[in-house]
Amino acid sequence: MKVRVHVMLKDGVLDPQGEAVKHALGTLGFAGVQGVRQGKVIELDLAATDRAAAEAEVKAMCEKLLANTVIEKYTVELMGETA
Amino acid sequence: MKAAVITFPGSNCDRDLAEAFAKAGASVARVWHKDADLPKGIDIVGIPGGFSFGDYLRCGAIAAQSPVMRSVADFVHGGGHAIGICNGFQVLTETGLLPGALMRNAGLKFVCKPVDLRVATAASVFTAGWTAGDVVRFPIAHHDGNYTIDAEGLARLKGEDRIAFTYVDNPNGAMADIAGVLSENRRVLGMMPHPERAVEGVQGGTDGAVLFRALMSAMALA
Repeated sequence: MKVRVHVMLKDGVLDPQGEAVKHALGTLGFAGVQGVRQGKVIELDLAATDRAAAEAEVKAMCEKLLANTVIEKYTVELMGETA
Repeated sequence: MKAAVITFPGSNCDRDLAEAFAKAGASVARVWHKDADLPKGIDIVGIPGGFSFGDYLRCGAIAAQSPVMRSVADFVHGGGHAIGICNGFQVLTETGLLPGALMRNAGLKFVCKPVDLRVATAASVFTAGWTAGDVVRFPIAHHDGNYTIDAEGLARLKGEDRIAFTYVDNPNGAMADIAGVLSENRRVLGMMPHPERAVEGVQGGTDGAVLFRALMSAMALA
């Protein structure tokens, strides 16, 4: 089972890197950029084949390590079987 | 006073911290991150600055999962004292032993310079050598020192007098100018500035020695 985890700063937590990217895009002439948030993508390849079990396991991983839930939120995307 | 100083792969202030403890008169044990147990009979654990595990994932996140940190958590929960400086502060927030989190500096730059700090409370074994409101100068050297906490947590820190140091001139965007915070029982201090880099004249200042001497007198009486 391939699983993709997206980790983003929570809404309301100022993202200085996103702000810098937004500023740089403006400098390049992209005038319409109203907001930029930068996060991380973590791809996992799991032995588990049961979707519910895999999702529960990855959520536990997020809570314990992959995200700092003081400032970050995460989403878990099940990608299906390994090719 | 018996102190233990932990070393992770990528720690680079562990010797400085051990020297600062020793200079104040402590006996110091050095502990490797894979050691499951802390030495017996210690009074305080020091978690040093540096770039543990290359700052992979988040600063301090991997170190927080080291075997030794389970012993540190047990030691702290049993009433033990701990000080985490710079990366050590990040490790303590990642383990949940201190509240809040350290984010990327608001200016996005690594900031490395001496800064003035206001001692926000003298009510701890770490800050008892000063009077609240005193201004001291320690070096900072970090990329992720932008302290943040939710509104409720901030109100609690303020209400319980748990902000240990604030920046006179905020270098990193930290909420409420916070440079260091205390745990609920006031026995754990986390701070971004480096008192251990200000204990001898050759380092450019000796304000940090006050902290280690205050610890020594508190622990010697204990």
